[in-house]
Amino acid sequence: MAWNFVLGNIIVSAGAFFLLVGSVGLVRLPDFYSRAHATGKSDTLGVILTTLGLIVHEGLTLNSLKLALLLVFVGLTSPAGTHALTRAALRAGLRPWFKRDAPAPQGCPTDVDSCPVEDILEPKDDD
Amino acid sequence: MDKYFVYLGVVLAVIIFIPLYRILRGPTLFDRMLGAGAVGTKTMVLIIVIGLVFNRLDMFIDITLAYAVLNFIGTIAVAKYLAASKPRGGR
Repeated sequence: MAWNFVLGNIIVSAGAFFLLVGSVGLVRLPDFYSRAHATGKSDTLGVILTTLGLIVHEGLTLNSLKLALLLVFVGLTSPAGTHALTRAALRAGLRPWFKRDAPAPQGCPTDVDSCPVEDILEPKDDD
Repeated sequence: MDKYFVYLGVVLAVIIFIPLYRILRGPTLFDRMLGAGAVGTKTMVLIIVIGLVFNRLDMFIDITLAYAVLNFIGTIAVAKYLAASKPRGGR
């Protein structure tokens, strides 16, 4: 058994584990922003590790070059897509989840529940 | 050694079914779109593994690249569309 098969299988298994972690976080966490936090990073790391393991498995061929291009593309676009979706949710006014009896954030007069969402999260001098 | 990738494909096919819960039950449209993106990301890995099992990796990598581009463009388009509307339901 060649060494690159063993090393590639170990890295691919680690990537599959991170994909599983992203899926479980998507189901278990309480609101949209924390779910985006879970799946945006874990899935990206899972795809990157899986592709890296397959590159180690393949060796230096044309296929591994295409896999490296896929790795770079996913590493750029998957966090960008999650960020765009989260920003759209914030612009549309989706309220984040707070702990019960959370202290009022800075700039809010009374408590969290009566504070508008743009006062909680958006800086004042945004465009 | 080919058995390993068959088992990995089965495990990935099981993992893909977990975000379907969020697509079906998600309280807002953003949750459903996030689940759809997660399913697409895992499907890319599954397509590469299927290509390794069938010994046709060169062809399946091209399919995966096209799938990655479609997944990204779909997420961006829906985010642009939903940024102008109020979310319904949920907290």
